[in-house]
Amino acid sequence: MMKLSTWNQRIARWVAVGLVLLTQSIASANSLAVKLDHAPIDPTDTASLQRGAQHFMNYCMNCHGAQFARFDLLTRLGLTEEQVKKNLILTDAKIADYMTVVLNPKDAKAWFGVPPPDLSVETRVRGSDWIYTYLRSFYRDDNRESGWNNRVFPGVAMPNVLYELQGEQELKPGEGPEGQHHASLILAKPGKMSPQEFDRFTADLVNYLEFMAEPARETRIHIGYFAMIFLVIAFFVARALKHEYWKDVH
Amino acid sequence: MMTRLLGWVDERFPLTSVWKEHLAEYYAPKNFNFWYYFGSLAMLVLVIQIVTGIFLTMNYKPDARFAFASVEYIMRDVDYGWLIRYMHSTGASMFFVVVYLHMMRGLLYGSYQKPRELIWLLGMAIYLCLMAEAFFGYLLPWGQMSYWGAQVIVSLVDAISPPVALWVRGDYVIADATLNRFFAFHVIALPLILVILVFLHIVALHQVGSNNPDGIEIKKHKDPTTGIPLDGIPFHPYYSVKDIVGVVGFLIVYFGIIFFSPEMGGYFLEENNFIPADPLKTPPHISPVWYFTPFYAILRAIPQKQVGVIAMGLAVVIFFLLPWLDRGIVKSVRYRGSLYKTALGLFVVAFLILGYMGTQDPNLWYVNPVSRICALVYFGFFFLMPIFTRMDKTKPVPDRVTG
Repeated sequence: MMKLSTWNQRIARWVAVGLVLLTQSIASANSLAVKLDHAPIDPTDTASLQRGAQHFMNYCMNCHGAQFARFDLLTRLGLTEEQVKKNLILTDAKIADYMTVVLNPKDAKAWFGVPPPDLSVETRVRGSDWIYTYLRSFYRDDNRESGWNNRVFPGVAMPNVLYELQGEQELKPGEGPEGQHHASLILAKPGKMSPQEFDRFTADLVNYLEFMAEPARETRIHIGYFAMIFLVIAFFVARALKHEYWKDVH
Repeated sequence: MMTRLLGWVDERFPLTSVWKEHLAEYYAPKNFNFWYYFGSLAMLVLVIQIVTGIFLTMNYKPDARFAFASVEYIMRDVDYGWLIRYMHSTGASMFFVVVYLHMMRGLLYGSYQKPRELIWLLGMAIYLCLMAEAFFGYLLPWGQMSYWGAQVIVSLVDAISPPVALWVRGDYVIADATLNRFFAFHVIALPLILVILVFLHIVALHQVGSNNPDGIEIKKHKDPTTGIPLDGIPFHPYYSVKDIVGVVGFLIVYFGIIFFSPEMGGYFLEENNFIPADPLKTPPHISPVWYFTPFYAILRAIPQKQVGVIAMGLAVVIFFLLPWLDRGIVKSVRYRGSLYKTALGLFVVAFLILGYMGTQDPNLWYVNPVSRICALVYFGFFFLMPIFTRMDKTKPVPDRVTG
């Protein structure tokens, strides 16, 4: 039998897709240079969110902050305060502190040219598919100061901080005169993870980012079903009431 | 006991007579259709905006350093703050949805014609106020689109008169001073004017009585003994009960958006507005929220900026003249000829296409040419109206309303 939460999620997705299609079907004509991969994330998968939180603390928070989110947010992922303090707070921050960046902004500017953006609401800016594809699209480029470039964000200041896990990719141009549009990334040097494992790793991270961007999301959708059921019943009651009152109007 | 209390009040305040005059014995035509829900719905949204606005103000900080963070604080740390905020942001867009449909009703059934010119003028004043209210409010989250949207709009004032633009901003760019004064306008000045205008709109409506889908004056046929219009029914309980159906139907759409798609695909909450305002970084593509885009498209369609600003202003203000541009002898579209029907259809299509073009990148090849054609149709509808409404072959209007 399918879990209720999975059904919830499916219905939510359809409702959301329907509403978005309604407004965006024509707007999406603006073509993107690179086709984005769909991020295989499940906001109800607590284990995935916990892993994602860990990845975020280990790999992102040295340079990026999440200054609008507090560490106690992580207790909503089925973790106790003790667990969060012991495993996920890597600085001397308190549980109610904001996830501010460790890196000094002046150093950041000197090293990267731009301070790394705050990631509190990044999935609401870029969308989870963009981030999922972006993190998997770094390739070696000796023309860049950092030694890295990115298919989704050409000329990005950020180096591939995950290369130990992913390995090193190279850009292989496609055939023909329009070759650069069909270029593909090939894994030149494998990392600690297999491509499948790395995809999972990235998906978990993106899942967490999505949760952090709008912690109320699951509550919102959950309440939404009850609100809709209530309102639809209320609609029929109101209609019946109207017909009753309007009986004598001809 | 209650009768005595009511009597005590009535001696000192016209409670019973106001109740009778405006609800229990206010006679409205019995043939209102779907289009007649949007007036009461607009009042509902006004109340929602005021109440959610009060609660947002309790935690929002009108300070360039803290504004963005305080909105995120509301979204994360205030109990049900996300719900209040989404109700307010969705309410802003739904206000315009409802008001545009309400205005469309006026165009369909000639509700602006004699003797309802003042209702229309007051309604247009409400619409202008609402646009200002939405514009000031959109700066408050202090995101990139808040900031640069305001920058673009104030630069239009700059194109006409730089000292006035400086005076509006209180600084040479949009800055903390601007945020503070926009906050003051948004939370007190304009809501106050809005409420007063809505009150006057309804007073004027109840003076002449409601129009209806047939565009017939129901006061022409009264019951000789009671003096009550034969096609009229008391607003309460008939329309108060009927409006509940409209309210619940509206709430299904409204809360459907809030709970399942509050960004509405970037149309109600723009992606770029989740980036804090940065005066040094201009976003590649700035566009206002959807309800301003028809006018924004007209502005962009004209190469000369000052002329564009004037055309944009005219596109809004020309609605005020509608009662005098329309020379038709019937009110309702039901009894108008094919000329008016075609013109109105073209106008609506042009308005919608302009709205879409206003959201698009102006560098796309089709945006400006299509906007120009639609702007011509838009203005043509108004400028040619005295001609085509007079030439139009109208049908005979029935004596009494038709169901």
